[in-house]
Amino acid sequence: MEFLTKNKKLVQLAIVFIGFFILVLMTGQYSDIIDVRDGFTNAVEDGKIVAVTGFSESMSMIFSGQLPPQFVRIPQLNFLNPVVSTSGLYLFISLLLVFGFVIRNYYSVSQTKVINPASWLKENWPNLFTYAITSFFAGLFIIPTLITWIFGNPSSSSFWNLPTIVTDFANFLMYDWFPIQVYDPDIEEFEDKALIFQITRGISAALLFSIELIREILLGGIKTIVTFTSWDWIDENPWAVWPALPWTVVCLTATMIGYALQGRGLAILAAFSTIYISVFGQWQPSMETLSFVLIAAPVSFALGLFFGVWSFKSRTVESTLTPFLNIAQTMPHFSYLVPVMVFFGIGDQAGAIATIIFATPPMIRLTLLGLKKVSPEVLDAGMMSGCTSFQLMFKVLIPTARRDILIGVNQVIMQCLAMAVIASFIGAKGLGFNLLLALNQLRVGLAMELGICIVLIAVLLDKLSLAWANKQTDYFADLPFIQRHKWSLLFLVILFSGSVIAYVGNFIFNGSINYFYLIPHNKGTTLEPILQGGIDWFLDTFFFALQGFNEWLIVDVLFPMREAYLSMPVVATFFLVMGIGYIIGGVRSALIVGSFLLFIAVLEWWERALITAYMASFGVIVSGIIGITVGSLCAQSRAATKVILLICDTFQTFPSFVYLIPVMILFGITDTSVLIAVIVYATIPATRYTVEGLISVPDSLQDAGSMSGVTKMQRWLKIELPLAFPHIILGINQTVIFALFMVIIGAFIGTEDLGQYIIKALSDKQGIGNGLLLGLCVAAIGLTVDHLIQTWASQRRKMLGID
Amino acid sequence: MSSQEPVVKCESVYKIFGENAEKLLKSSNGKVDAQEFQDAGCVVGVNNASFEVYHGEMLVIMGLSGSGKSTLLRCISRLTDTTAGKIFIDGEDLLSLNSKELIELRRSKMGMVFQSFALLPHKTVLENIAFPLQVKGSSTQDSMTRAMEMVELVGLGGRENYFPRELSGGQQQRVGIARSLAVEPDIWFLDEPFSALDPLIRKEMQDEFLRLQGVLKKTILFVTHDFDEALRLADRIAIMKDGIIEQLDTPANIVLNPATEYVRKFTEEVPREKVLKIESVMDPVDDNAELSDLQVSKDAIIETVAEEVLSQQKPVAVLDDDGKTIGLLNCSTILHILFGDRSVDSKKD
Repeated sequence: MEFLTKNKKLVQLAIVFIGFFILVLMTGQYSDIIDVRDGFTNAVEDGKIVAVTGFSESMSMIFSGQLPPQFVRIPQLNFLNPVVSTSGLYLFISLLLVFGFVIRNYYSVSQTKVINPASWLKENWPNLFTYAITSFFAGLFIIPTLITWIFGNPSSSSFWNLPTIVTDFANFLMYDWFPIQVYDPDIEEFEDKALIFQITRGISAALLFSIELIREILLGGIKTIVTFTSWDWIDENPWAVWPALPWTVVCLTATMIGYALQGRGLAILAAFSTIYISVFGQWQPSMETLSFVLIAAPVSFALGLFFGVWSFKSRTVESTLTPFLNIAQTMPHFSYLVPVMVFFGIGDQAGAIATIIFATPPMIRLTLLGLKKVSPEVLDAGMMSGCTSFQLMFKVLIPTARRDILIGVNQVIMQCLAMAVIASFIGAKGLGFNLLLALNQLRVGLAMELGICIVLIAVLLDKLSLAWANKQTDYFADLPFIQRHKWSLLFLVILFSGSVIAYVGNFIFNGSINYFYLIPHNKGTTLEPILQGGIDWFLDTFFFALQGFNEWLIVDVLFPMREAYLSMPVVATFFLVMGIGYIIGGVRSALIVGSFLLFIAVLEWWERALITAYMASFGVIVSGIIGITVGSLCAQSRAATKVILLICDTFQTFPSFVYLIPVMILFGITDTSVLIAVIVYATIPATRYTVEGLISVPDSLQDAGSMSGVTKMQRWLKIELPLAFPHIILGINQTVIFALFMVIIGAFIGTEDLGQYIIKALSDKQGIGNGLLLGLCVAAIGLTVDHLIQTWASQRRKMLGID
Repeated sequence: MSSQEPVVKCESVYKIFGENAEKLLKSSNGKVDAQEFQDAGCVVGVNNASFEVYHGEMLVIMGLSGSGKSTLLRCISRLTDTTAGKIFIDGEDLLSLNSKELIELRRSKMGMVFQSFALLPHKTVLENIAFPLQVKGSSTQDSMTRAMEMVELVGLGGRENYFPRELSGGQQQRVGIARSLAVEPDIWFLDEPFSALDPLIRKEMQDEFLRLQGVLKKTILFVTHDFDEALRLADRIAIMKDGIIEQLDTPANIVLNPATEYVRKFTEEVPREKVLKIESVMDPVDDNAELSDLQVSKDAIIETVAEEVLSQQKPVAVLDDDGKTIGLLNCSTILHILFGDRSVDSKKD
């Protein structure tokens, strides 16, 4: 008894679980319908069951030990659509709420300060936005929804129509809103065009031009020349073509830059990568990918730095950006694609924009983190040196925060290449597109070669940028001209000799392919037959073993687990998640995670979301176990630690699509394939954070443990694990997000969850609403877990007194 | 001192941290009770500080951690905004300067040294020292030449291309000192510059500092929590407790006449012979007395002349700067200081 009164949280947890199971058992007559996918929805559509029962009937159902249908699955609910409905009542309620918030804030402020309304407004205006959004959300969505749920049906829109509403809104914004007069040179007249359309097309054109420019420098072409002249001019002047840089020149230049920036190691890496790419005949797609990364990465970097600095300067910006950053980091890549496609068209520029959207948030995060870590004394020193605020930022703060900002750059480059494949869905050319093609044709060997190309480019760019940033220190030396410009001069030499070799090659290879100039696509060597042979042999040999494992996993583990997830009534899920939220972070957390869940529940994809959750949680559990075990074992020895961190680094570089290749070979197109890819991918953060957490346990504590005579096991259980746990749990948080991403990507090889619909939305011009809302559903799952874990971890860290 | 116009002048400076500081201060009419403010959720940093610092003078602000000494310094350098009161730098109202004027003032008149050195990790020693000059817009050539001079001045010649992480603590602080002096400031702020150093290095750096001050003759505000350091360096010491300046006086007067119980605690353990000058213990001139041949300066520290004076049979004459005899020193006085009951103050009165 005393134990229970001491551990209140345990008691609460027990109550939550008991309540949860009671609710799960209360499905009664619906239990058979709901544990198949879309069972409930289909049954309602077929007219077998009603979606909502009346109040008295509901009560009698509850008393007889069964949940009424609207508590098992939330039916199609209505909300007040302010565009369609003109009901003033709800608007009035919303305004009342805004007013209430303002008064409350005014009084709480004026208790501590002498203040008049005008100066209050001046200081607190950003709050007004939050108040307005909250109030209108409550007044127009929550209150009408509750009223429908309880009393019946006001005339309004349904939440299930939300995708259509979003699509219509986007189309309106894009094609109708704010028409402006634009001169069209083709028909020589002014035309009405929508403002947003013009802006986005302008951005597209600018990006496309820059990508083309770099691409043509690398591969040759005429498109950028056309931009400045005309097709007629090009036709009249056959010489007006960019020649491609011979691959030898690019290769040697990369090697030279590697050597100039760091030394022999980097030079060898650069040489190896470029030679690999050309020898395997992937030169052209690689350069296409490179040209698009060379635009997307700097733009992401600049945007990230800009917003990072801005949010460091202004609290308002920071708190406005934070929710967007959270959502952006938990939303799957795919769901951006449709809106990007609609707004920016299809092609390399759209791919670049999708990449930029995805790569900028981590850059913002890390910039802000780095700036916040700069010691206040350094800041003071800068101020006392008489820095203007601009100098303070660019000469003191940013250079001092360089470490974190560089990690940001690394993240940007990794994200850019990870997006290379996904961006090819909306028309980005290059390695990603070819990889996708190879996967579609089940040419796994080829896909592997392409995957390696992507990894090599990623690693090379990352190392080069890192070396470049660490290099910029010796600009003082007073050197003679040749010394100062030796690298530029060497480049000229390389350019010249490379061109000569390429020219000579014309005669050597006389008529056939000039291997000294450009090795055309797929005309290099390939290991594909060998790889394919090896894979075939492997499959022939282990076919029955694999098949057996696959069957066992699906029949005995996955199906029951999936059924269990699907058979949860919706109230039970809410009870469980909000209950845990309450235990961890009080009412506030309960409400936050509750609202995330509510968002998923009112849309039509609840059951699909449950399947996503089941796949992700299976992946997380297995990855967590593997990651923590491997991490703990490796952290015991210094050498093993180094090795495992290196492995994590390498694996993290692989674009997520690459993981699908081997599992598809082994298990074909099944849930098992997806789950194994999820597990492999999601084990990386679990392992890394475990290792980092364990090795960051202070030495003095280790010594204290040794002097108390602990055994190895005791040391791990009593000293290392408790102290490292907050950090490990953050790793689990990352694992959850990685797993969710992979589950969604897994839809590419066939799953039945939210991802399936996201992929479907990709091929639908009207899919923007679906794509976005499905993405937000996935984000909501991620954010729920993220919120719970972050809250718990920060409390725990505070308790342990770690930073 | 040489100029009648004070270089730094503070008039009833208050710094109170907290949400509703201004409102509370207004209602308290200048009588700030730390406890009362704390209950209201505020922390009193500086409480009614008024003083003046003259040209070439070194004022040491001494106090334990949390006494508000660093806060006071930050108010005077305007790194934090003052809650109430006035601060004048060379007669110019510091608090009314706009940010552009403030930057100009800092670029031309102020230099500051920090406890944890606050060097820029991505710049070499030379670049760090040249930083304030480059920020100001000097040409690379000029700023490098000047920075090189400073490197030599603080004795880091040959290490100018090292990075801060490659230097020891003492060396890093030399860089910090050189950086703060690079723009030839009139006022030099030092915020516990030697606290992070080992005792031996600290002693060495104090000597170095005194040497520099001997050459440069800056107006200095020096913050420390080390009473011995304060006695060693200061022209005048301000002792702070809970944001209030308990006593502001010359080292000798603080040792001889502690104003409060708090100050007395600091002075109790101080060996007087190491602090006091002859002037503060000498007897009045007695024309009848027979004087020995030895003569001592009134500014000499007792310890340095004690042995010689004790070896004399007769009283020793004390001379002022012009060579005029202004007092007498008896062996018994010295003996009393060295071995007596340490209540010299009663004798002086």
